[in-house]
Amino acid sequence: MEFWSEYLSSLLMGFLTTSELVAISAPLGIILGIALGASRVYGGIILGSFARGFSALFRGFPLIVTLFLVFFGLPEIGIYLPPVTSAILSFSLCSGAYISEYVRGAIMSIDQGQSLAAKAIGMTKLQEVLYIILPQAIRRAIYGISNEIVYMIQYSSLAFAIGVQEMYSVARTYNSLYFKSLEIFSLLAVIYLVLTALTTLFFKGLIRKLEIPSKAE
Amino acid sequence: MTYIYSLFQYIPFIAEGVLWTASLVLGGLGIGFIIGLPLAIAQSFGGKKLGKVLNAYVWFFRGTPLLVLLSLFYWAIFPSFGFKLDPLKTSILVLGMRSGAYQSQIFKDSIKSVDYGQILAAKAIGMTQRKLILYIVLPQALRISIPAWSNEYAVILKDSAICFALGVMEILTRVRYVSTATGLALIPYLFAGILFFVLTFSGTGIMDFIHKRTRIPGMVEGLR
Repeated sequence: MEFWSEYLSSLLMGFLTTSELVAISAPLGIILGIALGASRVYGGIILGSFARGFSALFRGFPLIVTLFLVFFGLPEIGIYLPPVTSAILSFSLCSGAYISEYVRGAIMSIDQGQSLAAKAIGMTKLQEVLYIILPQAIRRAIYGISNEIVYMIQYSSLAFAIGVQEMYSVARTYNSLYFKSLEIFSLLAVIYLVLTALTTLFFKGLIRKLEIPSKAE
Repeated sequence: MTYIYSLFQYIPFIAEGVLWTASLVLGGLGIGFIIGLPLAIAQSFGGKKLGKVLNAYVWFFRGTPLLVLLSLFYWAIFPSFGFKLDPLKTSILVLGMRSGAYQSQIFKDSIKSVDYGQILAAKAIGMTQRKLILYIVLPQALRISIPAWSNEYAVILKDSAICFALGVMEILTRVRYVSTATGLALIPYLFAGILFFVLTFSGTGIMDFIHKRTRIPGMVEGLR
């Protein structure tokens, strides 16, 4: 009994850290993704190729390598970040790179007529992108974005590798203390499954809520 | 600068890790294919009850982080069945089972996107269900699935780095050793990143080539 009450309370602390990681990284990643995606379409040669390179780089690097680069590598050029900050930065960069793909695709899929109509009523390019294109594009990209957030919840477990005390790290510590691997890791798997299901449900609700009535996709 | 030159002596050591990474990726993709394709066929052509059971498999392996799966199988599930598998074998099996869940989704989508008229036509000329699947649906579905499959390659390649957590001697584990031995981090990890980057994009490039070579002229690839 002692084991369970201890494990559960430590796991709760770990859950709070995991939630903190995701709750901060997810919005940052989404904003970065939208900015990168829009830059890739409208950014011209310089900003556009910068955004393309940036997103290719962080899609090509495994997240765990990015994490080690930020946490162990950056101090060599004088940038010291604590573990949680390093994790948040890496998660945001990685998911931003992936989300930019969805956003770019969504922007490209918006009917040309929308852009022409915006021009016809005298909108500037910035107004057109902000008020006409992006509100539609983000709705189309949101399914992909929700997938990325689900991945982010799962991959947030990698933060254990730089010493962040999130759920997986707690489980691993208990695994080395007690001979109860099956209980420890199956409970953890169940928690992640529930989190994944809840997040998927949340985004399904959000997608339904944001839907434009009677608009054919 | 001298300490950076000392890194060169580790290049063969890291290069050997490429072989380990390759066996993780190819083993994982192979097992994933063996699991994923029958799973997709059963989900597409099997009954509802079977579909539900198989969905549970897919749901479990897609919803659990790879790290948790690796730990669960390495420390709990395999030992409790009496297998003592080394980290490499465990990792290949776990990557494979997980990839099987993802690949089944890929193949299911491609099977769905084969034009329904093809199935009707096959039935009309009296093909059995087995022949219909083998000679009509799969040859088209597999071609359609190549782009998504190449994406799965990229995913599993990057996921293979996570197997460092069990101490598999793949690229990242070795780079970590080098980092500890030399006290340097930026250049070793950057090197690891670039190595994965090159492996990712050269692999997907090869898949693109295969996709183009195996295209059936005039075949319409369904909405994907």
